[in-house]
Amino acid sequence: MLSYISGIITFSLIYVIAAVGLAIFTGFTGLFSLGHAAFFAIGAYTAGILTYFYDVNFWLALASGGAMSGLVGILIGYPTLKAKLRSDYFAIATLGFGEAVRVLLENLEITQGARGLPGIPAETTLPVAAGVTVIVLWVARNFVHSRYGRAAVAVREDFVAAEMMGINLFQVRLLSLVFSAICGGVAGGLFAHYVSFIQPSMFTSYLSTQLTASVVAGGMGSITGPAVATVIFIAIPEVLRVASMWRLVAYGLLLVAIMVFRPQGLLGFRELSWAGVKRWLTLGKAAGQGRG
Amino acid sequence: MDILRLEAVTKRFGGIVACKDISFGIPEGRIMGLIGPNGAGKTTIFNLITGVYSLTAGRIYFRGADITRLRPDELVALGIARTFQNIRLFRNLTVLDNVRIAVDRNLPYSFGAALARLPSVLSKERAVYRQATEYLAALGLSGRAGDRADSLPYGLQRKLEIARALALKPKLLLLDEPAAGMNPEESAELARLIRRIHGEFGLTTLLIEHHMDVVMELCEQIYVLNFGVKLAEGDAETVQGNPDVLRAYLGEGYKRAGN
Repeated sequence: MLSYISGIITFSLIYVIAAVGLAIFTGFTGLFSLGHAAFFAIGAYTAGILTYFYDVNFWLALASGGAMSGLVGILIGYPTLKAKLRSDYFAIATLGFGEAVRVLLENLEITQGARGLPGIPAETTLPVAAGVTVIVLWVARNFVHSRYGRAAVAVREDFVAAEMMGINLFQVRLLSLVFSAICGGVAGGLFAHYVSFIQPSMFTSYLSTQLTASVVAGGMGSITGPAVATVIFIAIPEVLRVASMWRLVAYGLLLVAIMVFRPQGLLGFRELSWAGVKRWLTLGKAAGQGRG
Repeated sequence: MDILRLEAVTKRFGGIVACKDISFGIPEGRIMGLIGPNGAGKTTIFNLITGVYSLTAGRIYFRGADITRLRPDELVALGIARTFQNIRLFRNLTVLDNVRIAVDRNLPYSFGAALARLPSVLSKERAVYRQATEYLAALGLSGRAGDRADSLPYGLQRKLEIARALALKPKLLLLDEPAAGMNPEESAELARLIRRIHGEFGLTTLLIEHHMDVVMELCEQIYVLNFGVKLAEGDAETVQGNPDVLRAYLGEGYKRAGN
């Protein structure tokens, strides 16, 4: 039972890393990606191939996975962002990119096609996943509270005005795409070394959609919001496993409910903090006594 | 010497000529007015100068250098800033953050340093905060620093746009109808404000405005547009006396009613 729970937590943390990366790109910079599973897959395969075929050190492989995703992020971002595609067209371009990567993985020699890579060393433990998550959350927070984070938000809010503030649109968008690609790649590397077996069908647009749903439901313009939403989305289907097929219905209903009742997402623009939680709790006790 | 020169600037949108053969220069340190009826192409000219639109024909020079094909952010780096007719603040952000985004340009640090939040970043961030509050103070917005930009009354939103533009440390400031929607008292106060910052920050100012009292009070030189072409040019006196301007824009009764 304990290992089952720690497994779910590890799994959640892996997705939290990817979701936090996407939160920077979608929540803060305002561009939608429907192909983020591709970055996850590239990280998973790069890291997996390195440890599986070449016995590379796990941490080095993990970093390489992130780097490779970042590199691919530059390759896909350069033409699409340079062309200043409108956000909906950009989203469709990423959709195509996601599928293209999956098809490529199915047909390459080194990835062993649809058979996948069985027997990748299981290096991702709960402490490993937790450690990486803390680092990624810290770095993402630093990003957001820097001039780069403010520039990203300015671009999201009004890109014409942002340009008139001396912000280079292309540079800001590319930087944020590469950052989120690296996060996705690192998450993918952790994933590969957690499940020990990867195949292309694990990285479909379903995964991309799930990540985007976490960001939107968690709050566009929040880091902790998407992180919390990811944990909820992973945990709820597990908790409801007893209800068998109904759990997917519950999952869908939850998503609909969030969008109807909190269209700004669970946390909106805000971040989860101890002070905030305390204030919320005391507010609950002193129900109705003024505003917090 | 002219800080900004437009030479035979033309912009077409499909079959519509938004402005045609516009040529003028602004001497450094002046306040120049750009007036004309709605749809005359005034804002189009702002958009051409600031790189929002690309020119169909003609050239634009800033301090002697050809800036015709530059991007808006490159023009900002050279020293051109503007406000927008239809206020374009970062509405969901605080008043302070709106100005901070502009100040950020003056205090750069690397992306790597930002991600690691090195001590150098923290000291730069403190300087950004300090500078931003100074600009807010200069425009009388200190008390609203923590408020959301879109919660400000209209007049203050316009001031915030000006604060944000000033924070870019421009040499040339383009103001697009800063007094729109203001009553005579407010617009008179705004005119004083514009004159003050113009001197204080050593600016050259190009002003689009429909409030003639503001234009006549501030502008040493006025360029009048009508249907995308030049109608008249000169000092306030000359323009007000020009029969074409009276007919097309100011109205025949302007002299007696206005000044």
